[in-house]
This record gives sequence, structure tokens and C-alpha cells, in this order.
Amino acid sequence: MRSSRKTVYFLNAYGVLVIVFLYLPLVSVFFASISKTRYLTFPIRRYATHWYLRAVQSPTVSDLVETSLKIAIIVTVISMLVGFFGALAYARYHWKYRNAFQKIIILPIFFPQAVLGLALLIWFNSIGLIPSWKTAVVAHLVWIAPISTLIIAIRAYSFDPALEEAARDLGASTWTIMREITVPLLIPGVISAGLFSFLLSWGNFPLSLFTTGADSTLPEWLYAKMVSGYSPLVPSVGFISIGSSIILLVIAYIAKKLVASVAK
Amino acid sequence: MERLDNKLGTLTSLPMVLLLAVSFLAPLVVVAVFSIMPPKVFSIMNVPDFSAYADFFQQGYYKSLLWSVAMAFISTVILFLICWPLAFGMAKVFGKFTLVLTIAVAMTLIVSENIRLFGWVLTLMKGGLIDGYLRTWWGLRLEGVLYNGPIIVFGLIYVYFPFMLFPLAQGIAMIPEDARQAAEDLGASPFRILWEIDLPLASPGIVVGSLLSFVLAAGALAESKLLGGQAIIVFTDEVETAFTYGQNWPLGSALAMILILIIGILAFFSISKIDLDSMMGRRR
Repeated sequence: MRSSRKTVYFLNAYGVLVIVFLYLPLVSVFFASISKTRYLTFPIRRYATHWYLRAVQSPTVSDLVETSLKIAIIVTVISMLVGFFGALAYARYHWKYRNAFQKIIILPIFFPQAVLGLALLIWFNSIGLIPSWKTAVVAHLVWIAPISTLIIAIRAYSFDPALEEAARDLGASTWTIMREITVPLLIPGVISAGLFSFLLSWGNFPLSLFTTGADSTLPEWLYAKMVSGYSPLVPSVGFISIGSSIILLVIAYIAKKLVASVAK
Repeated sequence: MERLDNKLGTLTSLPMVLLLAVSFLAPLVVVAVFSIMPPKVFSIMNVPDFSAYADFFQQGYYKSLLWSVAMAFISTVILFLICWPLAFGMAKVFGKFTLVLTIAVAMTLIVSENIRLFGWVLTLMKGGLIDGYLRTWWGLRLEGVLYNGPIIVFGLIYVYFPFMLFPLAQGIAMIPEDARQAAEDLGASPFRILWEIDLPLASPGIVVGSLLSFVLAAGALAESKLLGGQAIIVFTDEVETAFTYGQNWPLGSALAMILILIIGILAFFSISKIDLDSMMGRRR
């Protein structure tokens, strides 16, 4: 059924409008970050990059980056591992509790993160763990590992179980099948899951809010500054956080293209 | 084959199950136990009572809950209305533009929600992006947009937009084109096609999208703090206050339990009706 030209035109225009709507606040943050004055008012008359310089030189900011980075890297590695096996249980094997497993995995994603963070805080306290960046890793994993599982599961759905069955019929052991067939087929999914896990952890705020204890991540620090009085560093640090995510995505994209061209 | 699948399925699910048992189920159990402790204790070794739940009604906490649920409901309805045409376009009309949109929308997810909300503050505040340029170019003012109820709903719509859009687009993509074509050939009006074919056949996507947006919006915190300037105290805010400034864990736990129960019941009934295999693209 073909839509009329007018409908197509309208829907395209609507799509462009939505993109503008989604990115407008980021445009404001960007302009704020290169404004010279301490108290921001639009239209900006004088531009300067000295807030970026200040941000880069600030020891507080480098501490925050270090904490965020540590958390994100560990979360990424664990999410990839747990997600890889989880995705097989989710999409590949037809086992007894498959249905229940699929639904249990969805639950944490459907859970308000701030409430989850608070629940974890009480849990850590009651078993005598002092909240720090390490407990934040656990908090991030509750939400990010299921997402990573779903991303890998999408890949797992598209592969033909006959490949594994053929290998088994030819006498390959479970371990050999895993190494020679399952892992190579799922690896693209595992890599995208890792990328997403990293980015989601790097930018996460509601889960970190209650679970980092005395440590602080980049989004948490930004939030604290936003709520308790403006700091002219907020837009530039915010944009550094966004910019590093974008750089990572671009690198991943180029790497993917390179791998694809080498494979040809 | 079946026995092997059973064994492998159990084994491969183990890491995830362990992770969720220790860091999802256990915290919820602790919260549940704390919620029936007497006020202001910090240990679960006390004689249970239900005073914290009584506080929910007597101290007026139910008002915040009603606000949160109402705002979540309104934003879910509006999200459905604004996402449907776009999701339809993505699933059925756009070619390459679908990919552009998907990437553009997904990219916003990796930016901290507080940075994006802060961006709206800069955009909408007095002397902000919109007000500043309106004034310079046309001498108009934009004031009083921030720090009230409607702007919180606006923030919820903005933040949870992808959570409605993607499931909807997925649901609409599941509508077989033949069914729509047949209805049109038989003379059905566009409205009738929407009502009798599109909406029922896309319902798994509608359910997941609405559930996600509603649940996440009902438990949202940053929107009211940053955009709303706490003009309305949302329920999660009360939970946080009880745990932090109030130092009343049983009260905080009871409030959290009420939210968890509402969300749990909604999620359980909706998810149990949906075949996740077919939604995520099983080929067999």
C-alpha cells in the first residue's frame, strides 16, 4: 500500500522536526560552553574557549573522568561476557525455563533507575559494603547487562542453528562448536553490545546517584552543580562528556569499515 | 537434542541469573523487609510493624504518588500520539531516512539525561536561547515556561521519547502489508484501517512502548528537579528524601515498595502477554 506523496512529504518533514527537537538542548549546551561571560545570556556576544581549558586543567574533572572511566570499562567487560552467554540462553537454546528467563531479563530495564539505586544502597549497607565506585559497577550492571544481552540476542536470532547441529553431527564437542561457530558468528553483536554498555555506563546518572558513595562520576558532578547553583564549567564539562562519546562512536564506525574492507 | 539444549540453556543463563539474584532480587527483598520495620531503624532485626505504610496515607505521600502517576500517564498518552506517525514512517514509508532517524534518536540516549534536561533549561530560561533571540530579533519575551507542572511533563516526553518510538516502530513493522492492502482494496477508509488493522496488529509494540514510558516516567526524578524546580514533588523525590535527609529507611522502603508493586503488576501483566521471540525477530 503506497502512501500519497503528501503523506510522505509530511512524514519526512515531521521526522526532521523531531531531530531538531531532540538536539536543540544540546545546541544550547554547546553555545553556552563557548560563551565568554561568567553569567550566561543569549544571544552570546563574545566567544571563548577558556572554559574548556579550565575544565581540562582541573584536577577535579580528571578525577571524575577517571572514576567514570573505571566504572564504564569494568561494566563493559562484564556485560559483554554475561550478555554473550545470556543471549544464547535467551535466543538460541530451547530449554525449560527459556520463557521465564526472557521475561526476568526485561524486568530490570523496566525499573526506574533512581529507585533501583536506592534499593541497592540499602542492600549494600545491610551487608556491610561501603558504597564506592565499585558498588556503582554492580548498580550499572543490573541495568546494562540485560540490555547487552538483548543486543546480542538480536544477533543470535539471525543465526541458523543448523550450523551448530551439522558440526555436532560431524562429531564436534560443545566446546569446539562454541569456539569455531558460536563465538565467531556472535562477535559483531558482542562488540556492539560492548560499545553500548560503555556509552550507557559513561553517561549514566540515576544509578550512580545513590551508589557511588564518596566517589563521584562525571554526570553526578554535573547534576550536583546544576542543582546547587550554576558553574560556568558545567556546559564545557557536559560537552566534553558528550564529545568523548561521539569520538568513541566515530572510532568504532571507522574500525568497522576497516575490518569490513580487510575482510573483502 | 532437547536434553542438551536444556543443559546448555541452564548453563548459559547462570551468570545472568546470579547477577540478577545478587543485585536485583536481593535488594528488593531487603527493601520489602525494611518496609515493615518500625520507624527510623537501620537494621532488619526489629519487631515488624506497618507504621510506614500508614504514614503513606496519613502524611499525604499518596498525593505525590498521584502526581507522579498522573504526569506519567499524560506523558505516555502524548508520547503515543506524537510517536505513532513517526514510527509509522520509520516502519513503512521512509527508506534510508529510517536509518538516519534511528541513529539520531539512539544517539541522544548516550547523552546523560541530566545534560539534556540542563540543555532545555538553557534553551527555555529567561535570557536563554529562545528568549534571548526572540528579544533581540522581534522584541518578544518568553517567560515563566520553566519551574511548573507542564514543563515536567514536557521533560518526561523529551527523555522517554526513544522508549516509545522504537517499540512502536517495531510493532508497526510487524503489520503484514497484505492485510492493509486487502482492507484498502475492499474499500476500508484510512481511519478504519488504522482502527481495525494497524492498532490491533501493532499492539505488542504499543504495549511495550507505553509500559516502558509509563513506568520510567512514574519513577523519574531528574525532570522535576531540573526543569520543574520542584514545583511538584514527585514520588521518587519523596523516596529519596526519606532515605537521605529523613534518615527513615523503613518509610523510604515502604514508599519504594508501593511504587515497585504498581510497576511490577503492570509489567508482569503486559510482558506475560507478549511473545518476545517474534518481536525481536526470530526467524523460525
